[in-house]
Amino acid sequence: MLALFYIFIFVAVGVSIWQITRILNFRGSIANDKDNAAQAKNALYFMVFLYAIMIYSLLALNVIMLPEAASMEGEHDDNLFNITFWVIGIVQFIMQFLIFWFTYKYKGEKGKKAKFYADSHKLELIWTVTPALVLVVLIGYGLWQWNNVMDISSEEDPLVIEVYSQQFRWDARYAGKDNTLGLGNVNFIKGINTMGVDMSDKNAQDDIQVTELYLPKGRKVHFKFRSQDVLHSAYMPHFRAQMNCVPGMVTEFGFTPKYTTEEMRQNPEVIAKTRGINKIRKEKGEDPYEFDYLLLCNKICGASHYNMQMKIVVVEEDEFNEWIGKQPTLAEVIK
Amino acid sequence: MSEHHHKETFVTKYIFSQDHKMISKQFLITGMIMGIIGVFMSMLFRLQLAWPEKSFTIIEAFLGPHQSDGIMSPDIYLALVTIHGTIMVFFVLTAGLSGTFSNLLIPLQIGARDMASGFLNMISYWLFFLSSVVMVISLFVTAGPASAGWTIYPPLSALPQAIPGSGTGMTLWLVSMAIFIASSLIGSLNYIVTVFNLRVKGMKMTRLPLTIWAFFITAIIGVVSFPVLLSAALLLIFDRSFGTSFYLSDIFIAGEVLHYQGGSPVLFEHLFWFLGHPEVYIILLPALGITSEVISTNARKPIFGYRAMVGSIMAIAFLSTIVWGHHMFVSGMNPFLGSVFTFTTLLIAIPSAVKAFNYVTTLWKGNLQLNPAMLFSIGLVSTFVTGGLTGIVLGDSALDINIHDTYFVVAHFHLVMGVSALFGMFAGIYHWFPKMYGRMMNKTLGYWHFWITIVTAYGVFWPMHFIGLAGLPRRYYTNTAFPMFDDLADINVVITTFALIGGAAQLIFLANFFISIYRGEKATQNPWRSNTLEWTTPVEHIHGNWPGKIPEVHRWAYDYSKKVDPNDDDSDYLHGEDFVLQTTPLLEGEEPS
Repeated sequence: MLALFYIFIFVAVGVSIWQITRILNFRGSIANDKDNAAQAKNALYFMVFLYAIMIYSLLALNVIMLPEAASMEGEHDDNLFNITFWVIGIVQFIMQFLIFWFTYKYKGEKGKKAKFYADSHKLELIWTVTPALVLVVLIGYGLWQWNNVMDISSEEDPLVIEVYSQQFRWDARYAGKDNTLGLGNVNFIKGINTMGVDMSDKNAQDDIQVTELYLPKGRKVHFKFRSQDVLHSAYMPHFRAQMNCVPGMVTEFGFTPKYTTEEMRQNPEVIAKTRGINKIRKEKGEDPYEFDYLLLCNKICGASHYNMQMKIVVVEEDEFNEWIGKQPTLAEVIK
Repeated sequence: MSEHHHKETFVTKYIFSQDHKMISKQFLITGMIMGIIGVFMSMLFRLQLAWPEKSFTIIEAFLGPHQSDGIMSPDIYLALVTIHGTIMVFFVLTAGLSGTFSNLLIPLQIGARDMASGFLNMISYWLFFLSSVVMVISLFVTAGPASAGWTIYPPLSALPQAIPGSGTGMTLWLVSMAIFIASSLIGSLNYIVTVFNLRVKGMKMTRLPLTIWAFFITAIIGVVSFPVLLSAALLLIFDRSFGTSFYLSDIFIAGEVLHYQGGSPVLFEHLFWFLGHPEVYIILLPALGITSEVISTNARKPIFGYRAMVGSIMAIAFLSTIVWGHHMFVSGMNPFLGSVFTFTTLLIAIPSAVKAFNYVTTLWKGNLQLNPAMLFSIGLVSTFVTGGLTGIVLGDSALDINIHDTYFVVAHFHLVMGVSALFGMFAGIYHWFPKMYGRMMNKTLGYWHFWITIVTAYGVFWPMHFIGLAGLPRRYYTNTAFPMFDDLADINVVITTFALIGGAAQLIFLANFFISIYRGEKATQNPWRSNTLEWTTPVEHIHGNWPGKIPEVHRWAYDYSKKVDPNDDDSDYLHGEDFVLQTTPLLEGEEPS
């Protein structure tokens, strides 16, 4: 097989060199009127191609994109994204048209004279000030939203959860009844104490360690992230949430789940996407897929980076309380 | 220039040459060889992404111990993306682009006989060559080359326990980059000194062609930011080899707690991106400089808004040094810093927009000579706009949270700096090939090269935005581990198909390039009817560039199609031709433009 491959490469290279040498015999290096006309037409064809794939992607690939935000804070993200996308989309369509239309329209011809036009303060002022004004709006909304998302004060009585990363798995720890996490450090890792919790800390006793995240709908969740070995990133795309997990420090992020997993499965966008996925899976003979929230690793962390995930389940608050009531505390597990 | 009359041996002429024209060719050829390696790697990992479980003979042939039955291992996948990034960013688009064209054009366009220091210039090339050799050697290390991503964030890059590539492969990567940085700094200092001191009489700073402005400012950014990467790399070497804890703390790996205490990976991120972001402009500005020159010459029109162009280069350069934090919105740094970096980042959109609008206005009512170089420049403007616009999404910290490190980012930066800078480089090669080799490149092959390349570039990177918006993280060996991404498989096949065609199309360019060196049509002195000084030198290279006195400069570089009556577009050309060499004295009563 390998030998065949080398022969194939050898023949392909040989044929290309032969063909190219033939083309090179048609000497010619500076564009003449005929070239200008031909290339101007190509520019027009290319413009059609560009618009076709731009529009096709925007319409046809809509279904594969993430569904609407599943967190309260994410709503504004979606809004800001839509506004930004409209703005850059319009600019993109106009600019690409101008670039390739001008290339077509002003193609060189013998005897044609270019306009000597070196400067216009008025025009330059317009295209300095206009982007500046648009940006003021985008930056303003963006910064407001950034402060909104990054606000992790304890005012709203958030549920405190620690997310712990290591090559190549996620663990989570709930702060328990006191809603305060016990201290953790890699020096305490031993046996089943895989998250390195300091069991001499009284706050640690009621902590609860799990491998699947349950979140109550409607209550703010305050995540604290730690990493055991290398950088990881806790990426929860459906909630528009992401934060790196950094060895040696605790990072934080917060959001309020808006839809339970069940509710999200009824979302029309999710239904459409799931239908598409299941059609593909059926052809391959695989089990049907059901929507679930996920936490993915989004910072290169080693060989199995591509498969470092944790399921997230969002439920109503009473169901959450029932679930967490059934989980053993660390004090019970580790003793 | 005393060495002007020395006898040249083969060694002093072709190997240890101190002539800037020869050094520029050395940079170009080395950069091209590295480029072939870098692009080829991307073809390999695109195969893996499109057909993750399929066996490929080509993978079997090239990846040796890092594959089984023609399927690559996850470790080598990460190594390939790492080295692809490193090679393309540093070796091709920094050294290959700046090294080639700064060396070729700075002396020729400012009217100097050579660089300020020919010797340092030679050292700069040979250090680059050495670093390339070390980087290539690292590909053959048993455990594989560096694989922590081109950003080499510790602890992954510091601990061989974390990934095999962080052993000898990473050591060689760091050594190679340290040598590379030395080369880049020596080169940049030389460029700056040359532009300041060796301009010919009449070549005021305000008359410099925009190419020179771009190279000059690029060199300044390089001198400001590359030393910081060197220190970051040195500290990482200390952490790896001498047990210090600059970046490492509280690590439990492979069953034991490591001794590191008190360091922070975030410190590394700051140091890395203090170079890493300006690096984008180190890559892009020379390409934009080349484009300014090529568009103006081939549109037979002055570049629109020369002063605004210079101003925006300076503004971009200044802003580029205070925006690095936008790579770190979710790194865990203080959210207040995120606000600051969002603000400074989005400001860059303003000078960038000015540049794009000015290019389009330069095309307007031109007499466009659609040579291959011109098409690549127009293509650059197109991809620069497309890629630049998505930067407005990514630069906004609130939006970045959700698309950070997804394929949306990959699509964005490949268009705005990868494809754009490559287009700039191609434009430069097609345009100045006659100056480098005394022959012309074939236009038919140039056209094929351009159209296939731009169609495939958009075919690859436009759909890629959408798989990013579907939430697919970059640097995933395969996305089959998530049923949620099953519907992206078809798009990956489309992308890979375009990528393979695009990669193969570069062979057209290589053939055109190498055959034209020997068999191309003989060049005339000023084939593009251009204004700048390099076209007043003889076609045959001579040491010292001009045979006699260097001609004096009397005007700016952009007096194309200057008319007798400035208000009448159809009046006769003021100098009888649609171009006026910079060496042509002003006529009586002629207004300098």
